[in-house]
Amino acid sequence: MRRVGIIGASYTKFGERFDSNMQELAWEAFNDALKEANIEKDSVDYSIVSNMGGWSSESLPAVIVSEGLGINPKGSVRVEAACASGSAAIKLAHDIIASGQADVVLALGVEKMRESPTKTIVEYIGRAGNFMWEFENFGLTFPGYYALYATAYMSKYGAKEEDLCEVAVKNHYYGSLNEKAQFTNRITLEKCMSSPYVAWPLKLYDCSPITDGAAAVLLASENFIKEHKSEAVWISGIGYATGTANLSKRDDFSGLDAARRAALQAYAKAGINPDRPASQLDLAEVHDCFTIAEVMAYEDLGFAKKGEGIKLVKEKQTYIGGLIPVNLDGGLKAKGHPIGATGESMIAELYHQLLGKVKGGRQADIKNGRALAHNVGGTGHYAYVTILSLDRSDHA
Amino acid sequence: MSDETEKLKESAEESKKKFGSPIVVDQKTSSSLWFDQRELNVRYLISINRIKKFYEELSKGKVMATKCNKCGEIYFPPQSYCNKCGSNSMSWIELSGSGELLTYTIINVKPQSFSHYPDYAIGIAKMPQGVNVLAWIDGDVRSLRVGMKVRLEVKRRDPEGYLTYWIKPE
Ligand SMILES: [Zn+2]
Repeated sequence: MRRVGIIGASYTKFGERFDSNMQELAWEAFNDALKEANIEKDSVDYSIVSNMGGWSSESLPAVIVSEGLGINPKGSVRVEAACASGSAAIKLAHDIIASGQADVVLALGVEKMRESPTKTIVEYIGRAGNFMWEFENFGLTFPGYYALYATAYMSKYGAKEEDLCEVAVKNHYYGSLNEKAQFTNRITLEKCMSSPYVAWPLKLYDCSPITDGAAAVLLASENFIKEHKSEAVWISGIGYATGTANLSKRDDFSGLDAARRAALQAYAKAGINPDRPASQLDLAEVHDCFTIAEVMAYEDLGFAKKGEGIKLVKEKQTYIGGLIPVNLDGGLKAKGHPIGATGESMIAELYHQLLGKVKGGRQADIKNGRALAHNVGGTGHYAYVTILSLDRSDHA
Repeated sequence: MSDETEKLKESAEESKKKFGSPIVVDQKTSSSLWFDQRELNVRYLISINRIKKFYEELSKGKVMATKCNKCGEIYFPPQSYCNKCGSNSMSWIELSGSGELLTYTIINVKPQSFSHYPDYAIGIAKMPQGVNVLAWIDGDVRSLRVGMKVRLEVKRRDPEGYLTYWIKPE
């Protein structure tokens, strides 16, 4: 297998992007990534477009994007792994290059959620489980699925709603330093606590917003990177797993089994000690679609023991200077969550962080040269953990 | 149609009269938007052919799961085949008795197709037969707690008027 590196990555301003259509958003992300990689678009051998859709008008986003970027007639495909679609695109791009079938592959995520009204979007995401036995009869919503986890977690470990809100406060703080974030306002614990319930015990400020946006990551083979003398960040391990479609088929509602499995796989591939992963990483992007999701991520990734994720955020251990900084771009919570583009945006953030290129007072100290992205689709239906490294040989 | 969409439609109609095209302007961003002139309604036909007995028993007030005749694996929602051992030979068993509430939530912001209901509580109950059931909870939400004893109850869901099952605190 060949080594695979990232040579350029970018994401658009996230938010309600009524100013741009799907092709324009994709172009905005792609053009920046291309400039950064300093390559011609003809170098792209294949593209993978991650998009969930339903709420947006285009049924064939991969061809819409290919035409819009002017990369026809190169092959393309659309992938769906719910909110982890972007990481699925990265994994497939990695595998195509690693196996020698292409030298440069584009993973591009794009989502135009705001083409539909809020209630329709709530409807679509609520169907992201088992349609017949969860949605059709019981009207579950995406916050509702995670609220089932929040209730179980709080009951088991004595966590409080205030503790969850601490995650929102942190992510809004870093969002305020990221000009591409959907929310650039800081919030207080009181502001989060006084926001209305969306799915008890989760409140409005526990939830990531509805977001339009695109993110592009250009991946290349070791040979291509050498030839073009590109500045690269290397992929040193990708772990992946699935969880049951139907939540009722699970036994434990205090963590996501698929995420734990994906993490262990990624650690094994990247040569990271699963008992103390935080000491070998400089920062992490974790899937905080809801505040409870970030707390469970700390534990599923082994940054904290079971039931101690709350302690990590309360002690500010996931701010810069702590045990491991998490979501320095504001996370899904403040940066925004354009479902199919979220995964690539995490990788784009880590790429720039590892290269020390992040401005605005939210650059992490890079000592180990390694970072982790934890991207969950649905409610632990899909999980991808991707580890990036500055060191090409950093691979078990 | 939601109020949000209704307002946009009015404004698009006005724009067509004045300007010729159904263009609306987003108040927050001042961006121009085309108001879709084609509406899509979606309603699915889902096969329950191989688990029809579930609905027959539901009409008698029972909630049923399937059990593999070969390896004994129990499935809820009922499944017509066993992916554990590969058998297609299944029996029906009733999910009865006292279960335990594993977790719950109250849905405050509802999907479009559930917007006619008051806020509803959803729970997951572990039944003595060893499988979990997700359903609406019929009872005072203030008295709910994780670990409490519950049972299943079959009754009509209104206003649609079809039979379904509830989790009921004991
Ligand atoms: Zn069997």
